[in-house]
Amino acid sequence: MVDARRGVQAKKVGDCTASGNPVGDKKRAGTVLRLLRHPAACLWIMLFQDYQTEGFFDEMFAGNGEVRPHYRRLYERFRNLTDEEFNQKRQAVDLSLWRQGVTFTVYGDSEGTERIFPFDLIPRIIPSTEWEFLERGLTQRITALNHYLYDIYHDQKIIGDGVIPESYVRSARHFRPEFVGIDVPRDIYIHVCGTDLIRNEKGEYLVLEDNGRTPSGVSYVLENRIAMKRAFPNLFNKAGVRPVATYPKELLKTLRYVAPGGKGHVVCAVLTPGVYNSAYFEHCFLAQQMGIEVVEGRDLTVSDDKVFMKTTQGLRQVDVLYRRIDDDFLDPTVFRKDSLLGVPGLVNAVRAGNVTLANCIGTGVADDKVMYYFVPRMIKYYLDEDPIISNVSTYLASEKEDMKYIMDHLPELVVKAANESGGYGMLVGPKASKAEVEKFRELIRAEPRNFIAQPTISLSRHPTYCDGVFEGRHIDFRPYILYGENVSIVPGGLTRVALRKGSLVVNSSQGGGSKDTWVLYGDE
Amino acid sequence: MILLSRVADCMYWLSRYIERAENTARMVDVNLQLLLDLERLDDSRITAHWEPLIKSTGDLALFNKFYEHADSESVTDFLTFNTGNPSSILSCVVTARENARMVRDKISTEVWEEINRLYHYVRSQSAKKIWASDPYDFYREIKQSSLLLQGLGDSTVVRDEGWEFLQVGRYLERAIQTNILVDVKYHILLPSTRDVGGAIDALQWMAVLRSCSGFEAYHHIYGADVQPWNVAEFLILSEEFPRSILFCLRYLDACIRTISGVREGRFSNHAGKLAGRLLYELNYSTVDDIFEAGLHQYLGNLQRRTEEIGQALYEAILFFPVVDHAKEIAGQTQKQDTLPGG
Repeated sequence: MVDARRGVQAKKVGDCTASGNPVGDKKRAGTVLRLLRHPAACLWIMLFQDYQTEGFFDEMFAGNGEVRPHYRRLYERFRNLTDEEFNQKRQAVDLSLWRQGVTFTVYGDSEGTERIFPFDLIPRIIPSTEWEFLERGLTQRITALNHYLYDIYHDQKIIGDGVIPESYVRSARHFRPEFVGIDVPRDIYIHVCGTDLIRNEKGEYLVLEDNGRTPSGVSYVLENRIAMKRAFPNLFNKAGVRPVATYPKELLKTLRYVAPGGKGHVVCAVLTPGVYNSAYFEHCFLAQQMGIEVVEGRDLTVSDDKVFMKTTQGLRQVDVLYRRIDDDFLDPTVFRKDSLLGVPGLVNAVRAGNVTLANCIGTGVADDKVMYYFVPRMIKYYLDEDPIISNVSTYLASEKEDMKYIMDHLPELVVKAANESGGYGMLVGPKASKAEVEKFRELIRAEPRNFIAQPTISLSRHPTYCDGVFEGRHIDFRPYILYGENVSIVPGGLTRVALRKGSLVVNSSQGGGSKDTWVLYGDE
Repeated sequence: MILLSRVADCMYWLSRYIERAENTARMVDVNLQLLLDLERLDDSRITAHWEPLIKSTGDLALFNKFYEHADSESVTDFLTFNTGNPSSILSCVVTARENARMVRDKISTEVWEEINRLYHYVRSQSAKKIWASDPYDFYREIKQSSLLLQGLGDSTVVRDEGWEFLQVGRYLERAIQTNILVDVKYHILLPSTRDVGGAIDALQWMAVLRSCSGFEAYHHIYGADVQPWNVAEFLILSEEFPRSILFCLRYLDACIRTISGVREGRFSNHAGKLAGRLLYELNYSTVDDIFEAGLHQYLGNLQRRTEEIGQALYEAILFFPVVDHAKEIAGQTQKQDTLPGG
């Protein structure tokens, strides 16, 4: 260990290619000479000399152009990298993702075209103090949401006490009145939550939305880290990055914790819509890491309100399903009749308490974009605390005063449909044409309950490799929160980046990419 | 360890399709090379050379839908890139990968990555270019990938029930493909019986041996002289050669017995019964029996019975009865109505 370190240090002396690549001495000497003569050939300097923060909050550079303390080690390390090396690493990472088939299928493409989710090599870094703050805020939020769901599916005190108007709950598309009065194991409804966070121009973290149904993307958190480690094997120890690889273990623990009572040996499985789903890779990846089966609807059958897998040795009962199918498609006898993905009778098995679904049916009544508006009130009501992480200020089109404001300021606002996700059904006022704005004006008037509006936030930016130079690109952040015996948040998450210049939309379906996210042990 | 029926099914087809792609590559490759040795390459002779390949797989009608004549280009295209042909190399690889995708948590990363690589290779424009300029290179790539997959499987995949299904698929398909290969020879011979025993005949039998990498092994056992009955004996009844039909059936029988949990000579389902029976019949056969029955007839019968094993296996173990979705929904809905507050 000591020897190895000394070796690395020795190499570093006068060596501009500090990545530790086993390059022949001759070549290395040549590189060094070349770099000594042309210091500008060092990638970092060359590519950053024109870097502009343009008045946005930049994750890496403070307003005065100085590198923020928690980025310094990375900066030092990368500044010694040559352009060539950096590009080699970039290509190697892309190729490895491609080989592994870490791809998503482009919907609506009959050729079945597959793409890798573009991956940017410059990691996003979060210092430990900031992370602790986020952990507290996210824990508070998921706790309140689970209280709220329990309440809505039991006594509805929050409505009775006039904190949330009943009409909003009743009209939420994902509210499942048929589950009112049904108990779920340990009173937990959302077991896995992906909460989208952004930072505004002051660098304050804000919650953009809660994904409490079937949030996806966590496999990228793990895969991106593996890719980074392959590309920069020497970087991690020194940078003090907390590992993320424990996520599958924590997820399995959470699933087992909510198994129907009294089971000694718990059988869990991942329920996938199948190989054509864009997140299919993730379903397999998680199942494999947890050592459980990936099942499709057709692998399951319900008998006596119990759920069974069809195996080569006969039927085998399942206790917990980590389901990645939306409520609507779970059970054709209850929800969408045309769904071939689901399992007839599954809902009855859930109601009978013989199988647990994670997340529960009906959690969508908490992550509806209108309900989002009420989350700070839920926190106050159930926990008697002020929200640690704030919401983005939000206007409800169904409120008279808010509606007036929305109509008056539409070109400045971001408008979102209450029940859509993936960046669809959205208007970014400042970027939209006049016609688009007017189209939305009509849509909002026609169905006020279905729309909210928010001021356009200047999302924070992060240096990102774009066509040979580094430029600031807007980013967001999705940590993954597990709610089992306790709340567990893997130190990291998915940082998504809007690769198109100026774009605020980070979704993979709309030209987004991702970055590895480093949570540090310390603050530097 | 439990094994989902659907997963077993995918494992089985995954290896069947890879094996099929490999054998098709072998067959086309060797026939392309054989063409170089033929004299008087007029149209009819070229057709006579290629048509048997299509006939012996029973795809002539399908072929005629796409092409007017059987010649080097049309036949190799049909067997290589035609997506309308479910057994073309491209179709096989695409289907194999689709199956692998469904079970990628059950196969090793190494196996998955190689299948994925092969998939991207056969779909790429560069593969088409390589194929056009140097077909041997292209087919070698297919063969080697298949062999690599077997090696990777051997050294990285867990030996559980899923593994047995991979083996069942592989040996079943290989038995079928070797059968086709020998039978192609019958079709080639058919139009010009005067060639029997002549130089061309020997060349063609040598080509058959090469297609299944049996050239050296044959010479090792039988010496330099290539005799039709020796080649037939070698490819059908050899106990040592890993692509002979007997060899494949012996493995097939062993895998089915492992899955069913019975000892040698016994069976617990129809598939096991058929496999055991066919194996023992071959065990006690000689090449004279084969020629007495007529090579083509004998092979046809053998092929039918091999495919029956696959079918029986499907019904006995893999196949979970197709759920009548409408009926199931009706049944469950009815139950729900009887629940209080449903």
